[in-house]
Amino acid sequence: MRLNCPCCGPRGLEEFTYRGDATVHRPGTDAPAQAWVEYVYLRDNPDGWHRELWYHGAGCHAWLVVTRNMRTHEIADVARAADVARLARENAGS
Amino acid sequence: MKSNHYSIFTLLREALRGQAGWRPVWRDARPQPAYDVVIVGGGGHGLATAYYLARRYGIHRVAVVEKGWIGNGNIGRNTTIIRSNYLLSGNIPFYECSMKLWEGLEQDINYNAMVSQRGVLNLFHNDAQRNAYTRRGNAMRLHGVDARLLDAAAVRRKLPFLNYDAARFPILGGLLQKRGGTVRHDAVAWGFARAADRLGVDIIQNCEVTGIRMHAGQAVGVETTRGFIGAGRVGLSCAGNSSRVAAMAGLRLPIESHVLQAFVSEGLKPFIDCVVTFGAGHFYISQSDKGGLVFGGDIDGYNSYAQRGNMPVIEDVCEGGMALMPRIGRVRLLRHWAGLMDMSMDGSPIIDRTPVDGLYLNAGWCYGGFKATPASGLCFAHLIARNEPHPVATAYRLDRFGRGAVIDEKGMGAQPNLH
Repeated sequence: MRLNCPCCGPRGLEEFTYRGDATVHRPGTDAPAQAWVEYVYLRDNPDGWHRELWYHGAGCHAWLVVTRNMRTHEIADVARAADVARLARENAGS
Repeated sequence: MKSNHYSIFTLLREALRGQAGWRPVWRDARPQPAYDVVIVGGGGHGLATAYYLARRYGIHRVAVVEKGWIGNGNIGRNTTIIRSNYLLSGNIPFYECSMKLWEGLEQDINYNAMVSQRGVLNLFHNDAQRNAYTRRGNAMRLHGVDARLLDAAAVRRKLPFLNYDAARFPILGGLLQKRGGTVRHDAVAWGFARAADRLGVDIIQNCEVTGIRMHAGQAVGVETTRGFIGAGRVGLSCAGNSSRVAAMAGLRLPIESHVLQAFVSEGLKPFIDCVVTFGAGHFYISQSDKGGLVFGGDIDGYNSYAQRGNMPVIEDVCEGGMALMPRIGRVRLLRHWAGLMDMSMDGSPIIDRTPVDGLYLNAGWCYGGFKATPASGLCFAHLIARNEPHPVATAYRLDRFGRGAVIDEKGMGAQPNLH
């Protein structure tokens, strides 16, 4: 499996660290305890396309949002997490 | 027609009759319209659950539905190790219960599972690790489990060929559980399947569950590729795919599916007479009765349902092997495969009721499910039959994450960053 880093190009898996599901979001500090339990522990764990975080520790140190198929390991998209977050903020603001 | 009872007399009789009288080990059952209990998943745990339901709890109208064939899943993909060298009080009684069941299993199910208590030796490489293993050994002995701390000289007498004086990871000793060892994993599946079948359990292969039918908030059966099967109670025992199946009942679990690889070398003359684990990396090894070295290491570390892994972990495992046992460097790899792990968020299993009435969950075995097979079956059968947890499995609750009562035996698990 190789990830096509937007900064560095295609690189081997050993350069990256997996950091889990990218679709969960930290609740507000005043959110009920159950929201925190869901954020920390519960996952969809889908058998198909999965958006997940990878950290390019042995390369550019970017955090990446990778869209990968759990059944085939096919990778559909790799984007910088910073860009994904900015886009989400812009969409939320508009 | 029931399978034969196995004994020296049936062996002799068949030897004289040209082996013509053996009957199939279990029936290829067709699904009936309804059962008292339907177990989803015909792996080791599911088959053991069905067996104990019939044998100990008197529930004989039981079906085990399996999407593939018996022995295709993790029961045939593990590295066959059994042990009960745990630390936490939520775990030790359960795994010791499992060890005691292993010790009587072959007589109980009338099947040779090649249970071999050849010992499990965990090596340590620095003072802090020695302290940790001393503590673990003391915890085990306080619970009545056997444990012995070996110094470097004692380990050297047992396994003279290890890399003792390596500059980075010298071997200072090890914690030995002599009652630990290996079991032939396929035989566990076949033995439990046969024993359950003889008690009237229907084992239905090539029957994938596609939905869980609910009525008034209660599970009343499963939709399958071979039609609807009604059930008084439904037990999910499909680790690796627990999230997918639980989602059919609207549940989200504290589980991620990860892939774990394992390896077998070409056959060699016997030279490793126990299970050895390397304390400075993730590597463990034993030698099968056929002579192949059976070894493995870490999970690949990302979500997957693919049942195949990637090269970096293969390299990592082999580096661990070379650091511990340089003489295996020229041994050739014969086979290598992967299985799906239910990685629970604290590294410990779940055997519990679910928020859905009539639906029970056995999941989250991480990469430690094989050794637990008989106790998992017994405790899950107890839970399904009595609707309350078995005394040795009271800690394995689904709601423990929300209560802060996690069982973080080794600080392992999938996420959040515990592994």
